[in-house]
Amino acid sequence: MNKTLTILTLTLAAAAGNISAAQLDIEITNLTRGSFFTPLLVTAHPASASLFSAGNIASANLQQMAEGGDLTGLVADLTAVSATSIENPASGLLAPGASTTTSLDTDSAPDNTQLSIVGMILPSNDGFMGLNAIALPTQDGTYIYTINAYDAGTEANDEIVGGGAPGTAGFPAPGPVAATLGSGGTGVIATSEGFVHIHRNVLGDDNDSGGVSDMSNTVHRWLNPVARVVVTVAN
Amino acid sequence: MKHLILLASLLALVACDNSSSSRGPVTPPSPVPPPNASFDISAVNLTTAQPLSPLAVLIHDDSMQAFIIGQPASAGLEQLAESGNNSDLLAELDSSAEASGSAVLSPGTGETITLELPSDSTSGLQLTIVAMLVNTNDAITAVNGLNIASIGVGESMVIYGASYDSGTEANTETAATIPGPAGGGEGFNASRDDVSDQVTGHGGVVTSDDGLSTSVLSHQHRWDNPVARFIVTRTQ
Repeated sequence: MNKTLTILTLTLAAAAGNISAAQLDIEITNLTRGSFFTPLLVTAHPASASLFSAGNIASANLQQMAEGGDLTGLVADLTAVSATSIENPASGLLAPGASTTTSLDTDSAPDNTQLSIVGMILPSNDGFMGLNAIALPTQDGTYIYTINAYDAGTEANDEIVGGGAPGTAGFPAPGPVAATLGSGGTGVIATSEGFVHIHRNVLGDDNDSGGVSDMSNTVHRWLNPVARVVVTVAN
Repeated sequence: MKHLILLASLLALVACDNSSSSRGPVTPPSPVPPPNASFDISAVNLTTAQPLSPLAVLIHDDSMQAFIIGQPASAGLEQLAESGNNSDLLAELDSSAEASGSAVLSPGTGETITLELPSDSTSGLQLTIVAMLVNTNDAITAVNGLNIASIGVGESMVIYGASYDSGTEANTETAATIPGPAGGGEGFNASRDDVSDQVTGHGGVVTSDDGLSTSVLSHQHRWDNPVARFIVTRTQ
């Protein structure tokens, strides 16, 4: 009896040593009607790190992503903690209704136990889709997550075409996004909020050549969730 | 079951041994077949002022889906999403069991629909539910292929329905294009004039109270996800 128990304990210990490593296939679908995602960042990272924290001030690197879609700063942060990351799996913008797939393998990085995914929402001033440090699934199976839209709180939501550099007002409008926008908006009166929070949605208007916003209220509004993530674990 | 088969074989042997006697063959008792699997699906409309069209409820295998995000809606889904008529969608999909809700489901009300399968097996089966939010151009709520094989007899699963845009009609929100009581306008129209001919999540209605001057809708017609709650119970 004692011998049996000992063997069982050893078996469990061996399994525990490998418990956080996994090979994951990840499918990300943009559920919105008219909003694009800038290049996505998909990462498995240690529990000691996170890309953002709701209710707190955004880091300068999160701001860079949320206002202009630039992943450089966040990738440097993740490299510093030896995260396992994939940048830009869709090779550019992920259009409304479109899906992209990628893979993460943490077999050689068992400390990377948390899964995060972020990408800027366009058009928006500093909106982003965010899956924030969920426990990385390691058991074989299919896991479905729904992703909400956050506001980085770093820029006033004036809803006018402008620039993507931190501190530059307005939002960038690459070709496919620009094709869905109006122009001549006078600008929604707003101020930056100062903390990361669930996005209150864009306002838009019904005037393509004026009004307060360069966005369309029948095209660019969304309801959460804005994205669906399907993770398949097959070890 | 295995025991019953074994018992039947032994009885057959006994019958052989006695074949020369005057007694007739012994007939084994036939096993009672297990009851067909049956599900109760109860629905509640969680919106303020969006009646749901009669529900289309189907149990089917994993070879089909009522819709795929990013793909154009089928003709049957377009019909349902624009007019609330579920008959074409029910006809399009091969199901093991299907039913239509008895009537429009008013905000805050519920209905329970029972589906009995042709056997006791639920292996590989999925549940799909689709209904239109009738005070819209082409919004639906749906459960799109829920795996029900793991629900045991007496067990329930709760699932919430989000709102989707079928992508087949522009969201003008004008009275002439909204078939529900808020508009009284046209239902189905075969032309597809939405910004993109694909099913996506819905962005909600804007309404005249929130900046769409041509909208016949008011603030009360807005909603947030989820718009419906479903409780799926396997009863036998």
